Amino acid sequence: MTLRMNVSFPIIAALTLAGAPQQAPTPPQQAPAAPRPPAATLTRPATPAKPTAADGFIQRWLLLEPIRVPGQLTEAAVRSAVEKDFPVTATPLPKDGDALKVGDNELKWHAVDTTNYNVNLYHFAYALNKPTSNVLFWAVTVVNAPREMSGVRLAIGSNAASVWWVNGTEAAALYNDRQTVVDDAVSRRLTLKQGANVIRAAIVNAGGATDFCARFLDTNDQPIKTLTATLEAGR
Amino acid sequence: MRRLLLFAGAAACVIAVPLVALGALDGQPGIHDPSTVNVENGKYYVYGTGGGIPILMSDDGWTWRRAGSVMQAVPGGKAGPDVVARGGNGTLAPDVMKVGDRYFMYYAAPGTQPKAAVGLLIGKTLDPDSPDYKWEDAGPVVWSDGVEDSNAIDPGVFRDPANGSLWLTYGSYFGYIRLVELNPKTGKRLYPDRKPVNIAINSEASIMIFHEGWYYLLVTHGSCCAGANSSYQIRTGRAKKVSGPFLDNMGVDMLQGGGKLFLGSGDRYVGPGHFGLLDLGDGVQKFSCHYEADLDRGGISVLDIRPLLWRDGWPVAGENVRAGTYEIESARTGTALELAVQGMPVGGPRGRGGRGGGPPAPGAPPPPPPAPIPAQEASQVSTTWPSGAGAARLAPYMLQAQQKWAIAPAADAGGYPGSPFFRITIAGTERALAATPDGELTVVPAFSGRPEQLWRIDQLADGTYRVMPKAVPNAKEPLALSAVGSSTPTLEKFNPDSDRQRWNLRMP
Repeated sequence: MTLRMNVSFPIIAALTLAGAPQQAPTPPQQAPAAPRPPAATLTRPATPAKPTAADGFIQRWLLLEPIRVPGQLTEAAVRSAVEKDFPVTATPLPKDGDALKVGDNELKWHAVDTTNYNVNLYHFAYALNKPTSNVLFWAVTVVNAPREMSGVRLAIGSNAASVWWVNGTEAAALYNDRQTVVDDAVSRRLTLKQGANVIRAAIVNAGGATDFCARFLDTNDQPIKTLTATLEAGR
Repeated sequence: MRRLLLFAGAAACVIAVPLVALGALDGQPGIHDPSTVNVENGKYYVYGTGGGIPILMSDDGWTWRRAGSVMQAVPGGKAGPDVVARGGNGTLAPDVMKVGDRYFMYYAAPGTQPKAAVGLLIGKTLDPDSPDYKWEDAGPVVWSDGVEDSNAIDPGVFRDPANGSLWLTYGSYFGYIRLVELNPKTGKRLYPDRKPVNIAINSEASIMIFHEGWYYLLVTHGSCCAGANSSYQIRTGRAKKVSGPFLDNMGVDMLQGGGKLFLGSGDRYVGPGHFGLLDLGDGVQKFSCHYEADLDRGGISVLDIRPLLWRDGWPVAGENVRAGTYEIESARTGTALELAVQGMPVGGPRGRGGRGGGPPAPGAPPPPPPAPIPAQEASQVSTTWPSGAGAARLAPYMLQAQQKWAIAPAADAGGYPGSPFFRITIAGTERALAATPDGELTVVPAFSGRPEQLWRIDQLADGTYRVMPKAVPNAKEPLALSAVGSSTPTLEKFNPDSDRQRWNLRMP
């Protein structure tokens, strides 16, 4: 599996998560970092699919270890960071443990379930002994719809800026320094296909806490609770 | 006494008014003692004092025109003989309500006041062009004999939503404002042998409305019919029963002269009177009244329609939107509508030196006070904005140019009850807020006057505003500006129970 930029798969990921064996990453030519406690709000998926939460939030994601970027959050800076290396709409779905070469760094994808409405990226990166400031996170999930749903909206919140795609089409974006607010950016009305729908997100953080949340709203702006999240299409 | 003065010149009370761009309605709104506004098949009708009961009508509630008189459609062309016998030949201050499939028009027929009667006309339609248009005399309903403490003029009809019963209030200064129950089938008194109930004094133009378990009696105090020397003012009290007692905000009974001020003179208008409720549904309420003197129209008496607000259980007179520059803030999220461009801090990027710095060095003179930072104008920052259509979004208000909207009446674009349609543009630019065919928002480079760029702005009961495009291409129903997310506006069906479609208009 090869991506446009310097990408190579697969490499088995080692994710420090609650409920998972703890293996701290070992940067080359550096002393091993001290082990850190697992991310308190993230666990490794233990089921094939995860229904959305009672309030509709998507709780299963593949997260890429953070990419260092300039900590600028203007629209131009975020777009530059997001578009620099990553042809989002063209890449195949990664899998848990896949590795991705970004510049000189090899970054891994980690499958996570969040126990909260949001996905705490600070917990994620800190537990892996990765940077949490001036970074770009990629997140991917597959939302499975029991039937075609038209007129729905992707509703997201993020700390800080973020750009979102649904089935390869950009659906929402937030810029500038901000905290995660439920239903902050809401997409235009769109259609979820019956079956698998791929959701991708890029979250850029300048400093401090970083997280995101996402759910779909129905035609009455109510959370859709009948979706499930998997990490690959066809599950 | 005031009516005696008015009656002498009643035939001249409806006055042709030249077209004006703004003010208390457009077109020919000249009228005195207007009835409640009635709506039939999208057209608006108001009736007033004068020979034959003059008619004002409007296609949109904003631009009004004279449309003849009611008595032209009454067999004989005047009040019925029984009405004239109980009162006189005058025709004053009507009120109209649709009950079932018929309209009941109550009108005052005074003789030498306080001898007067309230007559009833019954018709199937308000539309003078309808083949069914006709008013039939149904005789007198109530009257005063000229001796008793009553002057049976100024009828106000009220349908009790609690039980469907129908009521009439009437009276003017000579004694009491009185209440009788009506028979919804005939429009006449349900219990003609019962003594009318006195509910207020020292007032006229009474009418009742109901709101959240309370009956509100609205009356007009002061003197009328003297142009800008009229002290007319609308006052109110409320009761838990339709028959009172109606107490004002200080507990004073309206039978003892109480009455909380609802609307007095203001702006360019002197002497408001003759309240009428116009309930447009979805929680949007307006009221009609006349001003004794519109100073922008030479001091004549004119109709107006304004928002009806409620605060702490009392009706409050709202104001129609005025042209100006506004922040448009979502009541749901507190974020402000803006053109989606990268904002520039007011005054340009600065460090933290603006916090005041530390104390001056010992012996050094204090530094001069920081210079004020001027307001940000679009011309200062718009060079980086996209030249084509842009997105609209919501963001924390930071006094930036892309967040300030100029709201101005759109010329020759019609309107809605009380207001013209507005254009909404980024202040200092021609960039106009517009609806898209898929029910979203955009900001187009220039205002063209198309329906999707015209906006209706209704003030709601809590003082916030509903903002609706005149039309949305392809939409099957009216849509309103809605904060679907903290940063995302859209257009959706108005839900009166939600803050999503409520907006604050703040002067920057």
